Amino acid sequence: MLAIWKREFQNYFLTPIGYVFTGMFLLLGGYFFTRYNLMSSSAYVSTVLGNLNTAFMLIVPILTMRLLSEEKRNRSDQLLITSPRSIWDIVLGKYFAACSVVLIATVLSLVYVVILATYSEAISFLPVLCNYLGFVLLSMCYVAIGVLMSSITESQVVAAVLTLGINLLLQLIDSTSSMWTLPSYLSFINVIVSWFSLYTRYSDFSAGILSIANVFYYLSFSGIMLFLAVRVIDRRRWSEG
Amino acid sequence: MIEIQNITKRYGAKLAVDNASFTIKKGEILGFLGRNGAGKSTTMNIITGYISATSGKVLLDGHEILEEPREVKRRIGYLPEMPPLYLDMTVDEYLRFVCSIKDVKPSYIKSHLDDITELIRITEVRHRLIKNLSKGYRQRVGMAQALVGNPDVVIMDEPTVGLDPKQIIEIRKLIKQLGEDHTIVLSSHILNEVADVCERVVIINQGKIVEENTLENLTHNISDSKRYMMRIIGTEREIYKALREIPGTLSVDEMGSKEAGSYDFLVTSDPQSDIRQAMFMQMAKANHPILMMKPMELELEDVFLQLTNDTGEVN
Repeated sequence: MLAIWKREFQNYFLTPIGYVFTGMFLLLGGYFFTRYNLMSSSAYVSTVLGNLNTAFMLIVPILTMRLLSEEKRNRSDQLLITSPRSIWDIVLGKYFAACSVVLIATVLSLVYVVILATYSEAISFLPVLCNYLGFVLLSMCYVAIGVLMSSITESQVVAAVLTLGINLLLQLIDSTSSMWTLPSYLSFINVIVSWFSLYTRYSDFSAGILSIANVFYYLSFSGIMLFLAVRVIDRRRWSEG
Repeated sequence: MIEIQNITKRYGAKLAVDNASFTIKKGEILGFLGRNGAGKSTTMNIITGYISATSGKVLLDGHEILEEPREVKRRIGYLPEMPPLYLDMTVDEYLRFVCSIKDVKPSYIKSHLDDITELIRITEVRHRLIKNLSKGYRQRVGMAQALVGNPDVVIMDEPTVGLDPKQIIEIRKLIKQLGEDHTIVLSSHILNEVADVCERVVIINQGKIVEENTLENLTHNISDSKRYMMRIIGTEREIYKALREIPGTLSVDEMGSKEAGSYDFLVTSDPQSDIRQAMFMQMAKANHPILMMKPMELELEDVFLQLTNDTGEVN
């Protein structure tokens, strides 16, 4: 897994992808920071991270769209699958490489916190930490969705569009459940829908509440997406279509 | 060494590989021959674990690839038809990456890669980006990749496709050289290649194995006659008559005149009798000098065409 992580991670910065992603991330982060912190004289990091989250959801396909689809298209997956590495090694290596780039961008965005801490006395670090933890965990879920989408197609464009579509859908889930009033015997639908609501959990982190259940939820969400990606690749090997 | 037992791969209604069984012996260079679309690549992909068979088993020294994938995959090097390269890496970076996924000990990587690049003759391009290499070099890098980890078996799927004649000769030479230390399976639809490089041949047609034999036996067994191309001075009618009189002659075909004053004939005799001496004596007696007597070996091409006729039946 380490070897695959290393190759993918290096590849992000050998090609423009890593720079484009980090640049976009910081540009948007800078805009939100200026708009919501500096111009509004506010010390709340949560506003920046909340907005950055939505922006992240839109730019995450830059990182994930080629991860598995390109291997399949170029047939370089033949090297990986016929090597002694397991499919889990391959998927996890790629997933963590994309997460590492996200982590780098996130760490760079800590400069906003440093600026706030320098010029404001209102900032308290534990809620900020909690905010950042929620942000990273949620981002990892988006990356996992991207990895899954990249595993099901050979086309990077299709992978990107699917990732974007699913991410938007997950974002909209909260608003859709409040759109209709269901009779009580159908209220379970809202419950099921809320299982997939990534954003509801994030509001806890955003408020500075660290809940183990939420951490566990995000980690399991990513885990399930990656499990499905592994199954998709393995299934293709057995395919008879 | 490798036993392929009744493997079948189904794609919808089509049987890509149909109950194929054969063995790959230790140390040999085995040619895997078949027309385009006969099921060669599918079979190789199954042996290397890239895809799974619908039914059947592949055993490497008794280990099954589905049960012990790590053990089996470590011992097989694979060069697919399209070398699995990362174009944005240099040759050296790429081979180091392959070393790391194939469990080569870090302390051994440098000397191992020095040996391989020397053997495959790509030392001079080690620090170049793969995307800037010619097709011939890319093929070599693909071959180098298959040798990483020093696998017992190296499987190559059409390794000379798309190369120019000089590169083809070089790659074949290389394969023969590799055959000294490795068991090699080479798939091809080019008969010369197999005849030149391989000791034993497995022929696949429409997913079925139609022959598994040594090259020598293959061309020998299948021929039920001996044929000679003759060029003789004289009149066509007289020569024909004289040739027909020789005991053991099965047929004489007139092939026209290619040299002034002489005629060509294709003489077929039964495989037990050697009629060459009798032909010489007969022609000398009839005062018809022989200008040429050329035994016509049954070529691999003939065997191949006989075995892979359109119905897929073995003749």
